[in-house]
Amino acid sequence: MAILVDEDTKVVVGGITGSEGTFHALRNRSYGTQVVAGVTPGKGGQNVEGIPVFDTVADAVEATGANTSLVFVPARFASEAIYEAADASVGLIVCITEGIPVRDMAQVVVSLRGTGAALVGPNCPGVISPGRSNVGIIPGEICTPGRVGLVSRSGTLTYQIVHELTQRGIGQSTCVGMGGDPVHGIGFIGSLERFEADPDTDLVVMIGEIGGDDEERAAEYVRDRMSKPVVAYIAGFTAPPGKRMGHAGAIITGSSGTAQGKAEALETAGVKVGRTPTEVAELVQAARS
Amino acid sequence: MDLYEHHGKDLFERHGIALPERAVVTTPEDAARAAERLGGHVAVKVQVQAGGRGKGGGVALVHSPEGAAIEAARMFEEGFKGTAVTRVLVEKLVDIAAQFYAAISLDRSAGTYLAMVSNEGGVDIEEVARSKPEAIRRVHVDAVRGLRSYHARRLTGHLPPEAREGAARLLTQAWGVLVAFDATLVELNPFVLLEGGAVMALDAKVTIDDNALFRQPDIAALADSFPIDPVEKRAKAAGLQYLKLDGEVGIIGNGAGLVMSTLDVVKQAGARAEAANFLDVGGGASSEVMATSLEVILSDPDVKSVLVNIFGGITRCDLVAKGILGALERVSPEVPIVVRLDGTNAEEGRRILAEANHPRIVPAKTMLEAAERAARLAKGVA
Repeated sequence: MAILVDEDTKVVVGGITGSEGTFHALRNRSYGTQVVAGVTPGKGGQNVEGIPVFDTVADAVEATGANTSLVFVPARFASEAIYEAADASVGLIVCITEGIPVRDMAQVVVSLRGTGAALVGPNCPGVISPGRSNVGIIPGEICTPGRVGLVSRSGTLTYQIVHELTQRGIGQSTCVGMGGDPVHGIGFIGSLERFEADPDTDLVVMIGEIGGDDEERAAEYVRDRMSKPVVAYIAGFTAPPGKRMGHAGAIITGSSGTAQGKAEALETAGVKVGRTPTEVAELVQAARS
Repeated sequence: MDLYEHHGKDLFERHGIALPERAVVTTPEDAARAAERLGGHVAVKVQVQAGGRGKGGGVALVHSPEGAAIEAARMFEEGFKGTAVTRVLVEKLVDIAAQFYAAISLDRSAGTYLAMVSNEGGVDIEEVARSKPEAIRRVHVDAVRGLRSYHARRLTGHLPPEAREGAARLLTQAWGVLVAFDATLVELNPFVLLEGGAVMALDAKVTIDDNALFRQPDIAALADSFPIDPVEKRAKAAGLQYLKLDGEVGIIGNGAGLVMSTLDVVKQAGARAEAANFLDVGGGASSEVMATSLEVILSDPDVKSVLVNIFGGITRCDLVAKGILGALERVSPEVPIVVRLDGTNAEEGRRILAEANHPRIVPAKTMLEAAERAARLAKGVA
């Protein structure tokens, strides 16, 4: 099982002939992921180390049965690539691209509603089910198969926490990088829902940061709908209000979106909140023993 | 990017929104001349990116050119909330029958836009939301279909009947501004009904989506009008995400989340030390980027120790190590540099640093250990 990606995932890589697209398509393939196709307009018929390249996603799906799209195309063309994948009936779209205008994403999110396509990202590191499939840029070697699900708004902070878990011998079922943009696809709630239903997951770690109210809404969801334990981490306790910290979404506006408020909302809902990445791993370890 | 009011009003004007006559000036003499031309009764308003101008002395109503000159001189001299004031807006006073509030903003929770109209304007909208929530009407606006006439009618249905048609038109025009310029916020606080029956915007607060600046070249060019810290400017030119903070531990990390977490862990380390900055080198940082980052950090006199916290994914730790050593050939720091490397090519990176055996470099095995050492070193405790 695991969630979102597994052995049956067949990936078509959008922007495969770009340097990042090539690098990560090959890295995902050597991890064991079925990378069946790439798309770059005008380069149909070529191949990247044996991965066939097509002019359109529809061509790639027709020829290879791809069911997942991994998007590396530049920000100004990325929403087009997401629409194209959805129109080609790809079930899961993972968009790594950062810097997409928020109005484009607001239109994408509305347009995908009611279609069969689920979106992860944008501005995210992707999804990995350790030992099964890696779709994105998460370094596979820091993960190990196991029964902890993880969902995060951040990239390298996710690596840090996964690393701390792996070092303690705690493996992961699936790690979802939901991305740091204000308007995005599957978030905490979509991931928690899938982990709750996943027989291979016993416990979920959620990693949030300042800005927005995704964590507060996730806290309500945990309180009302989750039977599995949840451990959380929130980055940005020392962040000053009104200053954006890197991620387009990481900004405290007015009195809302603070790390303190998020941690309190989660703790009230019965979630254990670690104050450092190390403490998160310790809490997970304690919950499992 | 938060625009000045007068920029916002220029955008409003291009979409047909009615505004008072006005002029932007940079000297008290020009303020007096503008006031004279506008009939003497004017508002003088500081142009800054911060809010709260009304309460904070950033807006003055005067009734003579001399009064305008005096207020403008005061504003240039005092600045506003710690920010230098280099320009003020001089604007003709109008006869107000009633004041209202309107805003269209990105609503992250809903993944779409939210339009709001309050029948009380010119005041703190958060206070209205608390004390008199029924004064505010809210409608979510789908990013594909846009703000439609029925949305505008619904939003303005609680205004005085004589204001509704003009207010509805104003909202449609405000949506036009949001779409045309990739704004994430268009706020009119207040917009007013004039004694003569017209509806007009008196203030304009517009925030532009930084990610969309590539397709808004005119707006991107406005960035030069805003004050920027010299160190931040240098970091920005090098493509680094940098923010100056109040503490003494210089921080370099890769990825916004990890850097934010590093800031927190330094503060929690217990030595009463705090981060001097936020600096994200981004993904796939080269030796050159690392070297520039270190130079930027070391140019800040508040920095008493440096913490480099890298978790290599796309970023290769061997290149990070080489970048640190490269920077140390160019600058001679007087402060210790604690380095923690993990992830891609971490062993190679650690070996490069160990072999260099530089007196300022302090290796650390974990993020927690690194934060504790950097915090203690900054405070001069062993």
